[in-house]
Amino acid sequence: MRKIHGFHGGIHPPENKHQSVRTPIADAGIPPELVIPLLQHIGTPAGVVVTIGQHVLKGQVIAEAQGFVSVPKHAPTSGTIHAIEDRLIAHPSGHFAPCIVIIPDGKDEWIECRGTPDYQALDKLQLIDLIRNAGIAGMGGAGFPSSVKLSVKAGTHIETLIINGTECEPYITADDVLMRERADQIIEGAKILRHIISPRETLIGVEDNKPEGIAALRVAAEGSGIEIVEFPTKYPSGGEKQLIEILTGKQVPSGGLPSQVGVVCQNIGSTVAIYEAVVHGKPLISRVTTVTGNAVREPQNFQVLIGTPMRYLLQKAGYQAENNNRLIMGGPMMGFTVPSIDVPIVKTTNCVLAPTEAELPTPPPAQACIRCGMCAQACPVSLLPQQLFWFAQGKEFDKLEHHNLFDCIECGACSYVCPSTIPLVQYYRASKAEILQLRRDHEKAEASRIRFEARQQRLEQAEAEKEAKRAARKKAAEQRAQAMAGDSGEDPIQAAIERARAKRPPRRARGAARANSINWRKPWSRRRNAWTPPMPNLRRQKPRVAISWRPCKPAWTKPATSWRRRNRLWRSINRRTMTRRRSTPPRRQSREPWPSARRKPR
Amino acid sequence: MALLRLTSPHAHGPMSTQRVMLNVLLATVPGIVVLTHFFGFGTLVNILWGSLVAVGCEALALKLRRRPLGFYLKDCSALVTAFLLCIALPPYSPWWLIAIGIASAILMAKHLYGGLGYNPFNPAMVGYVILLISFPVQMTSWAPPRGLGEMPGLLDALRACFTPALYDGVTMATPLDLLNQNIASNSLLLEELWQQNPQFGLFAGVGWEWANVAFLAGGLWLLYQRIFTWHAPVAMLASLSLLAALFYDGGSSASGGSPLFHLLSGATMFGAFFIVTDPVTSTVSLRGRLIYGALIGALIYVIRVRGNYPDAVAFSVLIMNFAAPFIDFYTQPRTYGHGDKRGQK
Repeated sequence: MRKIHGFHGGIHPPENKHQSVRTPIADAGIPPELVIPLLQHIGTPAGVVVTIGQHVLKGQVIAEAQGFVSVPKHAPTSGTIHAIEDRLIAHPSGHFAPCIVIIPDGKDEWIECRGTPDYQALDKLQLIDLIRNAGIAGMGGAGFPSSVKLSVKAGTHIETLIINGTECEPYITADDVLMRERADQIIEGAKILRHIISPRETLIGVEDNKPEGIAALRVAAEGSGIEIVEFPTKYPSGGEKQLIEILTGKQVPSGGLPSQVGVVCQNIGSTVAIYEAVVHGKPLISRVTTVTGNAVREPQNFQVLIGTPMRYLLQKAGYQAENNNRLIMGGPMMGFTVPSIDVPIVKTTNCVLAPTEAELPTPPPAQACIRCGMCAQACPVSLLPQQLFWFAQGKEFDKLEHHNLFDCIECGACSYVCPSTIPLVQYYRASKAEILQLRRDHEKAEASRIRFEARQQRLEQAEAEKEAKRAARKKAAEQRAQAMAGDSGEDPIQAAIERARAKRPPRRARGAARANSINWRKPWSRRRNAWTPPMPNLRRQKPRVAISWRPCKPAWTKPATSWRRRNRLWRSINRRTMTRRRSTPPRRQSREPWPSARRKPR
Repeated sequence: MALLRLTSPHAHGPMSTQRVMLNVLLATVPGIVVLTHFFGFGTLVNILWGSLVAVGCEALALKLRRRPLGFYLKDCSALVTAFLLCIALPPYSPWWLIAIGIASAILMAKHLYGGLGYNPFNPAMVGYVILLISFPVQMTSWAPPRGLGEMPGLLDALRACFTPALYDGVTMATPLDLLNQNIASNSLLLEELWQQNPQFGLFAGVGWEWANVAFLAGGLWLLYQRIFTWHAPVAMLASLSLLAALFYDGGSSASGGSPLFHLLSGATMFGAFFIVTDPVTSTVSLRGRLIYGALIGALIYVIRVRGNYPDAVAFSVLIMNFAAPFIDFYTQPRTYGHGDKRGQK
């Protein structure tokens, strides 16, 4: 028997799984319209390769992967491309995103697909390519492209391959029914994965609240060398990091990947999809989704085409809109509410939960945190949620990071146990987003600082070069002067200055000349409008210059310089002053100390 | 019907602040029953009057702070403060003493700091210490336990509370007083002390031992209800008994008393399970709680045996309240995927 390691914390919310496992997986059929978002996974959206009006076959590529972390999209059934436009999608923020809309023709005509049942003949890279081309992304909820997960860096030895059949979220049974009904496909898929990454051991981890699924898997796995590991039910043991700790006792380093500790994880749903893709050549165009909650009459699991509007699916299960208070995609712990009933089912939709108000009541207003520490006891990653809450409220971002905010997996265990019903996870999400934004801003500022410094350096260098040239010229001039003065012993420049002095008018006359010229007011003067550019002191020249802000020129003053220069000067001064004056009219000085009579203090 | 837009998690557990507080109130019941049995109706009258004043003060503070009354009074935290303080006060205390204590606890120690969850010091203990320093005579006059004097009835208790001038009660030194004086005067062996004073019972004081056992039972029930973790109370009791065992020296005249005596005397169990575990003012990390509890236990022993005050729970708790944020800072738990742990090559 394998040793089961525990993990810190965890909670036991009511499971509510029995409602949806009473009937086998039902086929949801073809809805009147399919909406396929281009981004259903983590990474870059796929690029459209079809045109409006084009007829497509079931399984045909309608959008191609763009970049490494991306997967293509396929037509879930045959029909015509009706539109390529922004539609409301299932996202916490309720935004519109580019989608391909297909009107099915009802024939459900497959494109020719070639399976490779003897996959052992293919090599690793070919298989990964096959999985990527089938558009498979993690179907447990996050939607990380499976091919990226499987392309382990060369030189990393993978010790353990884990198939995650935990499904710890309440209400969801999509993986459970897959285990019950398609255990052999899961085992085949696991074998394919084992062939790709050749680990030392292959495990399927299942919580002990799914005895039927475990039994079916055990039967199917007989003789395959794949071990089915059963462990006690506790939320959130289905988290990748938690499952790795339960099964291997290893912890994935903070900010690292499971492959760093020699582990690769795949979800049950993805494993089945990989089996379909490799053995039958069928891309991922449908998935098993649980439709449950007290606001549907017949909670059950559906095999549903990707892109099916939620409304269609819910109606199949007997949706009672009047009883439903919110519509959740995913489970009650980590799922998010959707903005409208018309959003499409995507590759990561493992559950559609339609609860009544009595079932999941609207939370009461939050009370004060009494620091009871129940959240710290429930936290699966050993954080101190109440401290984080404290710092998040005060926006103390450095302390948040010091308390490892970014290791929070947002499982919601802390909010679940909080006696004061504080939406803790929401605080962490907001703080994370703010910190990331700050980091981005900081990076930007840093880049521009570096750019600025480089420019400064460049300018300084140019200046220094100029200076050097100047110095060289000066030196050369001095040498030349020395050479010229060589015989007379007198400095020619000094001699020229002396000559000029001798020609100057006497002191009195010099003053008159200055009065005649323009008297500059210094731009840094402490006058009220200190922003005014240098301009002539007109007051002193009153008799001679018209005081007017219209473009004008002093008509009867005798120019000190040439008329041309003087006119140009005035034009420039008028231009500057006029524009400034117009934009900011002179402030009227009111007699009262307060701005206006209206705001007179009482 | 428009769909609600809420963030996850959508499910919520059964625990609520109100439930936590009511559980604490319920857990004090056995202790109150035993105290009433041994010391008469004084404690009960204390609690009744104290609760009234507490709710009044809370309402006043909320009104002044412009907070909705119903929503905040619902959490019952004022009642808990009142119960804890009134249990700690001597029975047959006058009404004004209780009112001053409760008012300083609720208005000063709690609402001046921002209300529930923001107070750095345990409100009940702040009230207690203010009273102890301001009115030492009233605060150290305990009624004799059942069997050692006339037992006042319910009417006497009411008279003692509301017309203290007309009430003339008997008081008697508590076992902790006697021990404290004995250590200071260094006169009697413990055995002689036990024989000469009728206040001493089997292990500790008459009545006191049973009150402590009752509070222990209440505390264990709270532990079972997972209202708090075992760390702080166990650490406090362990360090107290360890120090008592170290300095017991077989019962000489300088002996500090046996571990069992300390565990069952004064407010030990009450403090360990109802005061030290106050979540707001204590540490939050588990290792931190061990340190916090252990230091409180040590302080209690030191002040009981070497200090001027016979009991020391209030002082020790307040002193350690100061240190709680500091301890928290240095005892952060190791987060998943950080540091030395297994699995990291």
